[in-house]
Amino acid sequence: MAGAGGKNLNLKLKVWKQKGPNDSGHFLNYDANGISTDMSFLEMLDVMNEDLISNGQEPIEFDHDCREGICGTCSLVINGEPHGPDKGTTTCQLHMRRFKDGDTIAIEPFRAKAFPVIRDLIVDRSAFDRIIEAGGYISTNTGNAVDANAMPIGKAEADEAFNSAACIGCGACVAACKNASASLFTSAKLSHLAAIPQGQAERISRANSMVAQMDSEAFGACTNTGACEAACPKEISIENIAVMNREFAISSLKSRK
Amino acid sequence: MSYFSSSIGRKQIVGICGLGLSLFVLTHMLGNLLVFLGPQAYNEYGHALTSNKLIYIAEAGLLAILIGHVIYTVLLTIRNKNARPKKYAVTPAGEKKTNFAAKTMIYQGVVILVFIIHHLLTFKFGEEYEVQYGEVIMRDLYRLMVEVFSQPIYVVWYVIAVIILWTHLGHGFSSSFKSLGFNHPKYVKKIDTAGCIYAAVVCLGFIAQPLYMFMNN
Repeated sequence: MAGAGGKNLNLKLKVWKQKGPNDSGHFLNYDANGISTDMSFLEMLDVMNEDLISNGQEPIEFDHDCREGICGTCSLVINGEPHGPDKGTTTCQLHMRRFKDGDTIAIEPFRAKAFPVIRDLIVDRSAFDRIIEAGGYISTNTGNAVDANAMPIGKAEADEAFNSAACIGCGACVAACKNASASLFTSAKLSHLAAIPQGQAERISRANSMVAQMDSEAFGACTNTGACEAACPKEISIENIAVMNREFAISSLKSRK
Repeated sequence: MSYFSSSIGRKQIVGICGLGLSLFVLTHMLGNLLVFLGPQAYNEYGHALTSNKLIYIAEAGLLAILIGHVIYTVLLTIRNKNARPKKYAVTPAGEKKTNFAAKTMIYQGVVILVFIIHHLLTFKFGEEYEVQYGEVIMRDLYRLMVEVFSQPIYVVWYVIAVIILWTHLGHGFSSSFKSLGFNHPKYVKKIDTAGCIYAAVVCLGFIAQPLYMFMNN
């Protein structure tokens, strides 16, 4: 199966298998032979699953969608690292050339109380949706589209907002944090909206509501270890967390709730 | 949501109390440098501090921020431990691994707390020797220090505890600022560097004292 210039790898996989949220789960060992270095990590799992299914065995369940690093659906903790060993890369963009022949690869789900395992490597990340529902939006009147230049925004502010908005909500920050904290995710959305004029109207209530929801979802607290920033496939800066801390402190002082 | 029950509010209280304690350890270290000037300078400094009525307010304040730091840290740690009931089988070893000092703050804190209690029992509530300079009779703390630091085991324990304090301050100082919202590309490196220098100055100053006493007596 080797492509042009590629070679084949024989690997040992140690994959987390879990029937459902209430199952205790266990590792299962697989041999992955003849894996092309040109394959992506998920293609390698596809090939494994083809073989497992044709042999009448249960496939390895994992999340995936766009496979071009933009949707935030793929996950996996590969040898202890969310999205694998490459920085700024999602699992779907990780390639098998990153591994050596004979390697043992441990594949685990994102582990957090707030991300219960649905099956094998698939976790329920709807806690993130509830944090966004709590305040990660702006309210605006409907009607005709607003003129593109009606609300001037400086280049620096727009860039800052865009850097935070690059978060794809994959949950690698939670997976990497020793406290399973969702601070980087929540702060990226708060910083994004705090940096632009459209976000100002609900700014005070937003910080309070989103942090309250984050806390109610059983995520841990931030201890500034920087693990989230290192694991983030979109390289969202930990600076966002300090912005959230500021926003929350101000919100606590000003909010009448 | 109440500020005091939120994870961020609690973290900020831990940070503020931590910065207060950091300031205390610096003044404590600087004051104790008087041991290098001999028994009289050191004992008179101790007497001036303890004979001032304001010391009770300062001690109560210090105890309050220590308790605040410990209680809110314990509450956050319980929350953090509950947030990941199932641990990973593999620890990251590559570019995504985290700094050891940052990961072990709570364990460092436990050792430092044990050290503080032991340190208070040894010195503040320890043997009450007396000495007279001119008309004034005061506590001879210098003599107690000589006695305590003539025991190698105590010197070793003291130095180990202060090295742990070094790692605790090294992360804690800059982390407190970040928890309070101070992290910006313009100055974050300066805060990190200031934290490293602060921790080194405080801890080297502390370590020098028992080593000096051990070698000279």
